[in-house]
Amino acid sequence: MDFGFSQEQEMLRATARKFLEHECTSTFVRARMDEPAGVTDDFWAKLAEQGWLGLVFPEEYGGSRLGFVDLTVLMEEMGRCVMPGPFFSTVLLGGLTILEAGSPAQRKEWLPKLAAGQAKATLALTEPNARWDAAGVTATATEGKGGFALSGTKLFVPDAHLADVIVVVARTAEAKTPEDGVSLFLVPKGVKGLEVKLLPTMDQTRKLCEVTLKDAAVPAGALLGGKGGAWSALARVIQRATIALCGEMCGGAQRVLDMTTEYAKIRVAFGKPIGTYQGVKHKAADMLVDVENAKSLTYYAAWAADENSPETALATSMAKAYVSDAYRKVSAAGIQLHGGIGFTWEHDLHLYFKRAKASEFTFGDATHHREKVAQLIKL
Amino acid sequence: MDFSLTPDQETFRQTLRAWLKGNIPREWKHVGSSEIPRVEAYDLLKRWQNSLFDAGFIGLTWPKEYGGRGLTFMEELILQEEMAFAKAPPILNVLGVGMAGPTIIAYGTEAQKKRYPAKILSCEEIWCQGYSEPNAGSDLAALQTRAVKDGEHWVINGQKVWTSFAQVADWMMLLARTDPSAPKHRGITYFLLDMKLPGVTVKPLRQITGEAEFNEVFFDNVRVHESQVLGDVNAGWQVGITTLMYERLTLGFALQTRLRIALESLIELGRRMEKHGRAATKEPVLRQKIAQLWIDTECLRVTGARAITKLLRGEMPGPEASAGKMVWVETHQRLQELAMDIEGPYAQLWKGSPWAIDGGVWQHSFLRSRANSIEGGTTEIQKNIIAERVLGLPKD
Repeated sequence: MDFGFSQEQEMLRATARKFLEHECTSTFVRARMDEPAGVTDDFWAKLAEQGWLGLVFPEEYGGSRLGFVDLTVLMEEMGRCVMPGPFFSTVLLGGLTILEAGSPAQRKEWLPKLAAGQAKATLALTEPNARWDAAGVTATATEGKGGFALSGTKLFVPDAHLADVIVVVARTAEAKTPEDGVSLFLVPKGVKGLEVKLLPTMDQTRKLCEVTLKDAAVPAGALLGGKGGAWSALARVIQRATIALCGEMCGGAQRVLDMTTEYAKIRVAFGKPIGTYQGVKHKAADMLVDVENAKSLTYYAAWAADENSPETALATSMAKAYVSDAYRKVSAAGIQLHGGIGFTWEHDLHLYFKRAKASEFTFGDATHHREKVAQLIKL
Repeated sequence: MDFSLTPDQETFRQTLRAWLKGNIPREWKHVGSSEIPRVEAYDLLKRWQNSLFDAGFIGLTWPKEYGGRGLTFMEELILQEEMAFAKAPPILNVLGVGMAGPTIIAYGTEAQKKRYPAKILSCEEIWCQGYSEPNAGSDLAALQTRAVKDGEHWVINGQKVWTSFAQVADWMMLLARTDPSAPKHRGITYFLLDMKLPGVTVKPLRQITGEAEFNEVFFDNVRVHESQVLGDVNAGWQVGITTLMYERLTLGFALQTRLRIALESLIELGRRMEKHGRAATKEPVLRQKIAQLWIDTECLRVTGARAITKLLRGEMPGPEASAGKMVWVETHQRLQELAMDIEGPYAQLWKGSPWAIDGGVWQHSFLRSRANSIEGGTTEIQKNIIAERVLGLPKD
């Protein structure tokens, strides 16, 4: 047994840390917050150059076929600098869905372009009902001659305004179980009947959209995977994206702890650094425990995913439940220990606090995942 | 990352599993699932530990020449996991195995290493820990029990308190002040004290559960031979801290096992107890709380695996063990509170009542769990250690 990172993984971490500290500074992040794009062409090209856009794709599609433990290392570093932009939506939502559900031809068409930074993608899953399960899918796809007509409203779709292709989840049939009848469609931007509206968000580093489909016509070849049988592939994508998100959240939480510890060492009150006082020390110790536990469960889930372990679903829900609470608590405690300065726009803490809140509700919050844990342990 | 076992480790697991199946004492299930040896179960637990020793399933990481098996922490982890699966009883000599033995092996003379560890493992000799005093708890280095040299002997005078197992112990790990003029951490010596020496008096202390699990121990001119010093004279603080590090690490493994056993018992309790006309496990709020306990228990296991990886890679266990102790405590206390929530009004009943659920065992472990955040270093002290030694915040 060895539950630590390999030398190669530590090297990936060091490379990513160096690159992002240089390229993804607070100034860069704040500039992106104010713009709809959330990313610059130059930055996106550099991510492609690093090989990160294809990190988990097979070599034949321009990727490097690394695992989720490797990806976790990278996600932690991206979370550390609250990296904005469509990395998550392109690689872990759109890209991974095409990889999991697509035909070889569909994969060949999109994945190399995504890996090279020449195209962006996303997944339009959730709707105004805000559910993460199959029953939440009410958008419809009606089969006609030569293709399908898609109708419905998709909400909380990350980066749809940037995507060259949106993978739309829609129902092709009403069936006995909610999982049956769910299909996936590749909807390229500009299709008639497709409308994408960028929504103001609390976490401005994450761009969310409303995607409206009104009889949007796509050809039969746009069907991704089997008709009506896409849920299992989709569930796998959601599971894996959840693990990656947990990694990103761990990285953010660690950064908040680092900032807070440094501040507690230099900020003087009553003639001593505030880190001398137990009221501060004990809160900082609680933060460390939350961060370390969050990492343990995230690494375990990533390992399980790489091994295709039957425990992956449980490990994922355990991680997301824990990490959702932990990042929220840690980023709030970070603000508290910084005092007034932590509440300002000028200080970076609010970026983490908002990212924590947004991430908490992405793929289900702690309550949602505790219920999943309860089901999985047959409570 | 890799969670797989070597073929040898897999064989070890299978052998152990088979042995546990046939050797857990039958009367054990009637004693309950409390995490700490209960006074009424001492005899049973002593026999249990002795049978583990005969079968070679204790002291796995200790060197062979001192009664151990010379195996790695990986086998120790497997052992604890299997104990949890089998819902095995705890051992009796927890302080000997968790603290005294490893410290003697680390600091002892060859004669001491030949003399004590094997008898610790077999439970032939039970150990207690003489650290805390009425005026030295969290501030342990303030201890005042004195040891004065007189020829080949040290003469001990003073008092210890909260001493678990003192009433049955053969030996004590004793910290006493040998140089009152030195700074408080530098004038302390670690003694291996024979509890049968003249001048040692043990007085039971009745605790929150009503029983007397711990004691006061008084020393009145107790003469201890100089060969009973462990490590160097006046270097007892470092030796004592090593003991605590082992305690948090190896006792941590065992405690995690007890937590898993208690959690499964709790779930089983929840299935039996009704809340608003359905099983407590189906009641939404309790269900969330049980799921969170499951997550936290698994988290302790996985965090433990990270710590063991460090050990197996040859790194020393760091102050991170303090975090493990603290998380275990918080999780276990929450588990015990939840057992009370599940029992509802039945939580008011005590052993002896015909209506008491499971003979009142949960009420006992609920009360006992309050000690968890005090014994072995309070949660507040663990947080100071984490803040100062892991995060590097300034000392007061």
